[in-house]
Amino acid sequence: MTVSGETYAYPFSEPHRLDLDPFYAKLRAEEPLCRIRLPYGEPAWLATRHEDVRTVLGDPRFSRAAALERDEPRMHAHLRRQGGILAMDPPDHTRLRRLVAKAFTMRRVELLRGRTQEIADGLADAMAAGGDRADLVEQFALPLPITVICELLGVPFEDRGDFRIWSDAFLSTSKLTGQQVQDHIESMNGYMAHLIAERRERPADDLLGALVRARDEDNDRLSEEELVQLAVGLLVAGHETTASQIPNFVYVLLTHPEELARLRREPELVPRAVEELLRFVPLGAAGAFPRYALEDVEFGPVTVRAGEPVLVAAAAANRDPEVFSDPEGLDLGRSDNPHVGFGHGPHHCLGAQLARMELQVALETLLRRFPGLRFDGGPDAVVWKTGLLVRGPSLMPVAW
Amino acid sequence: MQKDGGAVGGDAGREEGDGLWEVAVDRERCIGSGICVGTAPGRFVLTGGRSGPVRAFVGPDGAVLDAAESCPMEAVTVRERGTGRLLAPEE
Repeated sequence: MTVSGETYAYPFSEPHRLDLDPFYAKLRAEEPLCRIRLPYGEPAWLATRHEDVRTVLGDPRFSRAAALERDEPRMHAHLRRQGGILAMDPPDHTRLRRLVAKAFTMRRVELLRGRTQEIADGLADAMAAGGDRADLVEQFALPLPITVICELLGVPFEDRGDFRIWSDAFLSTSKLTGQQVQDHIESMNGYMAHLIAERRERPADDLLGALVRARDEDNDRLSEEELVQLAVGLLVAGHETTASQIPNFVYVLLTHPEELARLRREPELVPRAVEELLRFVPLGAAGAFPRYALEDVEFGPVTVRAGEPVLVAAAAANRDPEVFSDPEGLDLGRSDNPHVGFGHGPHHCLGAQLARMELQVALETLLRRFPGLRFDGGPDAVVWKTGLLVRGPSLMPVAW
Repeated sequence: MQKDGGAVGGDAGREEGDGLWEVAVDRERCIGSGICVGTAPGRFVLTGGRSGPVRAFVGPDGAVLDAAESCPMEAVTVRERGTGRLLAPEE
């Protein structure tokens, strides 16, 4: 382990499809904590080893809330003092997380599996009825998680045209201008405030209704602003990532035909395959959500000083040879798979169990209904999103 | 011992707790998310990728209840020592 003394521009390269820049592997082996500079904000450390990434994300000596007072390293020019659950530490963070954690336990999510399957089957029916080709993004990957989160939260599916556009503002690095980001976030917050007002008039048995009740029964548990931000966060996070991962997973499978054939032969591998794909796909396209050290923390010969920010490279941690055998290989039957695709620690993805279930249903349904699934026009016909925090196709022509 | 989720207060007085809580993690269910470790600092530790309590018996501490309520796998349980009454997670 060495310290080069160099500060690298980050991200190291423009994301290309789902390739992981080989420089991560070099750093992980030679300089697991290195200095980086994002386009804006102060320089930071970058952690690339699995163990270090978990420490930065899970150890209470690292804080998200501290970023609110700093010129945080970021991809976009303007500081967004959004606050919200992703900029809080326990115990404040716990107060909000507890309000929604119950709705996303594995037990509760399993109750949604039947309905999710119904939605997936309906989408597959519509694809099949339309001929022998489709855009997997528009006709399957987007409507599946959007329908599920709309029904869970209590947001009208008909409004998706609007909130899909606004959602990008929360994930934009360069796709939108600062003014567009601000306008979209205001539109989204206004839309959610309107839905919340409706719930107050007509209580309903959905998650939004439950949050409104929690707020109105006890003002100390949840402020009005927190209620709006939390609901918006659930709507955005509830579909953007899963909608990206469905075509990402299909892309990986279609470019690994031997593994795809194995999964078709052994569909009972689907849950393991989902975990392996979560490990294998570098979903993040940029650095985000730095943690600040509250005291000096030692990583081998490197000491992160109190007040210094650290970013993590989850995709690099997910290929750490200390943890995963043949880490660069795709093995859909991999049994021990402690990937950090959902993060780690108090901010571990709230919707992880929901995402897992949706991805399992999506994959199983596509394999079963479209045995001849292939790229329509080859992998080069896939159009990739740019300027967002996550990678994924915006258009994925498939045929069967 | 009462069964899981026995009526709170229903059998009050029949058995007495000693004021301590028993914290347990079902390692079969645990997915090693680290949520409990971050939510209740000093109360849980990951070993071999799975969580366990640092000490099985603790004085009353809201943070361990938070940890149990925040676990997506409902793998963390907190019980009153002596009576076995389940304090968290809520059913």
